Amino acid sequence: MLGCYRVLDLTNEKGFLCGKALGDLGADVIKIEPPGGEPARNTGPFYHDIPNPEKSLYWFAFNASKRGITLDIETADGREIFLKLVKTADVVIESYPPGYMDDLGLGYDILSEINPGIILTSVSGFGQEGPYRDYNDRDIAVWAMSGFMYLMGDADHPPLVPSYTHGHLVGAMNAAVGTAVALCHRQVTGHGQKVDAITHQALCFAISIATKVPWGMNRTIPTRRDNNRARAKDGETYFPFFWECKDGYVVLTLMFNPTYESSNRAFVEWIRSSGTDPGVLGRINWQGDSWMNYTVKDVDEAREIISAFFKSRTKIELNDGALERRIQLNPLLSPKDQLVFRQLVERDYWIEVEHPELNEKITYPGAFVKLSDARCGIRCRAPLIGEHNGEVYGELGFTAQDLLLMKQRRII
Amino acid sequence: MDKKPFDGIKFLDFTWAGVGPFTGNFLTYYGAMTIRVETATRPDPIRFGMPGRGGAAVINEEGRISRHPELEYGPTYSITHPVYKYDITLNLKLPKAIEVFKSLVAWADVIVENFTTGVMERLGLGYEELKKIKPSIIMYRTNGYGHTGPMAGQPGLGMTVTALTGMHGIAGWPGQPPTPVSSFYTDHLAPLFGGLTLISAIDYMRRTGKGQCIDHSQVEAGINYMAPLVLDYTVNGRELALTGNRSSIAAPHGAYPCRGDDRWVAIGVYNDQEWAAFCDVVGNPAWTGEGKYATLAGRIENSDELDKLVGEWTVSFTPEQVMAMMQDAGVAAGVVANARDQEEDPQFRYYDFFREREHPYMGKHNFYHPPGFRLSEVDAEVSAPTLLGEHTEYICRDILGMTEHEFNELRKAGVFD
Repeated sequence: MLGCYRVLDLTNEKGFLCGKALGDLGADVIKIEPPGGEPARNTGPFYHDIPNPEKSLYWFAFNASKRGITLDIETADGREIFLKLVKTADVVIESYPPGYMDDLGLGYDILSEINPGIILTSVSGFGQEGPYRDYNDRDIAVWAMSGFMYLMGDADHPPLVPSYTHGHLVGAMNAAVGTAVALCHRQVTGHGQKVDAITHQALCFAISIATKVPWGMNRTIPTRRDNNRARAKDGETYFPFFWECKDGYVVLTLMFNPTYESSNRAFVEWIRSSGTDPGVLGRINWQGDSWMNYTVKDVDEAREIISAFFKSRTKIELNDGALERRIQLNPLLSPKDQLVFRQLVERDYWIEVEHPELNEKITYPGAFVKLSDARCGIRCRAPLIGEHNGEVYGELGFTAQDLLLMKQRRII
Repeated sequence: MDKKPFDGIKFLDFTWAGVGPFTGNFLTYYGAMTIRVETATRPDPIRFGMPGRGGAAVINEEGRISRHPELEYGPTYSITHPVYKYDITLNLKLPKAIEVFKSLVAWADVIVENFTTGVMERLGLGYEELKKIKPSIIMYRTNGYGHTGPMAGQPGLGMTVTALTGMHGIAGWPGQPPTPVSSFYTDHLAPLFGGLTLISAIDYMRRTGKGQCIDHSQVEAGINYMAPLVLDYTVNGRELALTGNRSSIAAPHGAYPCRGDDRWVAIGVYNDQEWAAFCDVVGNPAWTGEGKYATLAGRIENSDELDKLVGEWTVSFTPEQVMAMMQDAGVAAGVVANARDQEEDPQFRYYDFFREREHPYMGKHNFYHPPGFRLSEVDAEVSAPTLLGEHTEYICRDILGMTEHEFNELRKAGVFD
């Protein structure tokens, strides 16, 4: 759908996914790396654990669907070439420290003079302006300020960050949405603009339901101490969110909200039909009760019954049963499970991407949407360093000889 | 007249719960005229925020319920609908209501729905049917698992859908069960992919006149965030190890206790430069000079001791003080912010992120916020949510062109319940 748009992608790991998503929808995304390659190519994991900038699986994952060139925009020659590219482009995305592009003489005022339609999307941890503009925005700092960290974990541990660092991925997708809005705006106004994509806000947006509502309504501050706890009329007790099963964990929604009554009832019936007395679970009035109508002893009893029921069943058994009985219950899947999970396999979700220089095809996640009149999905594997220098610079009129000189001069 | 990105776009919002609205809201924030279709006979569960508040239903002279105050007291609804939508209630169990709905489809350029597989088709409102009414229609359908396959038809809920994406397994302390990032994480993450696609489809339709049916499975979109973990498994056969707050590329790295009850600051030190700056900030005590902490490798290996020492320093300060001192020196640090901190956060204030709006039942609150990006030429329009069925008459008379008589007949027949 975005095949008529060219995107110049100057991002590092804070913005890779933005260009990749636009590329998956057909945009011509050109990843611009410093000569020698983008430093984020040192991010693991690596293909067969070979620590090589052409073998980073992180790079592969988030730079698919892009062509790749090298260019040193810190040189005057490089900047001149960059401006030539801008003339041919619709979007520039970057994730440099705020102000860096302006300092280089490549700020929006300069770019828009050359190409009034250009959209400059800047992704950063805290924003292009404001008191925290120059803050070191490593994932952990942004994650902490987003509100997520305070709520993660439990009363026995400090607040937690994910072991899979990914806050900037959310920020990058937030930038992609902003870019698309700006493209639509351009259709109406005829010119481009700046998009200030702020990961801190994007993450806060994703947790505001949990933080803002209690604080806004009752001035209560939700904390991780409430996780895995049920409050009964005579005290509190442990009530897990993830339940251990025979070969992993499941999540069960047992919410006291009228909409989920049939799911809850079906679950209780499943326990009963398996030969176990559901005890207190069978007496709950899902239309009006909460754990506050019961005692700690009741909650403990419910927990033990549910726990025993899950521990003797596997993830797939529980998934199959939940499907059959329309219960809000799912196993926690990891990639190992997902690759063979029937729902994904039958929908042909997984795709094979060719990596000719590795002499193999690697399985990647499939399209984030299915379209009736266009294609969404990975177009090609992530580029090698400078792989498309010939093609892209050739379009601008540079010859192979020119490229040799540019290479020696460390411009590309 | 200020031009907006979605000027002239007519958007029919037929969603409920979280994912659907979070996707379509981008259009409403930025100028689309949005008509939201609901029903009082089976309200959006998000409206059941604070039960028992709001008072009794308001009955009109025909004996029909014209207002449901108890359904307007859901603060969560302010988070899912912080934009101005023209709200109509339609009881789609009645064929005449379906006729009205079809007229709305004829009006719309875009329709977003998140019903379980088969619901739209049973109502005679599948994509093929809608295309007959308007060939260039953009129909965006989101659900948990996709509209085909063994799980099609299983209602999706944020907590359970997230489990299949893998996002429930990415945080936790070693030797302990995983901990969720948030119970409903994919509810916010999948709509970013969805929103991008929906907006691109509008862009495409304006250029080509062609519509689109977009089938969005939240699990399939969600797994896109997990790609490196997928590749690590498919290529290396390796699964993610949960490491608590440890990083393999930084030390110190984690949450450190500060002055006050449950107050923490997060710090991450990634290289020698930052380590030197960190040491200066903490006053270069003797332990910072010890050989075992001189290298990153040494610091990571001796993390337990190192974290304890850092915590002994941070505990004398508030998290704001530590963050300011560290950030001044170029070291990554952030207050582990709770809800109150976020309200007072100077960076959010600078950007006017949380905005106060007045709601007819709940009064003034500042839950309301725009998306996490700012365009230089146009602002997102943020407003308190509108009420159930608030614009039913307006939509029928002014937009669909019904006469007063036609409208009243339909109302008496219960079409607008």
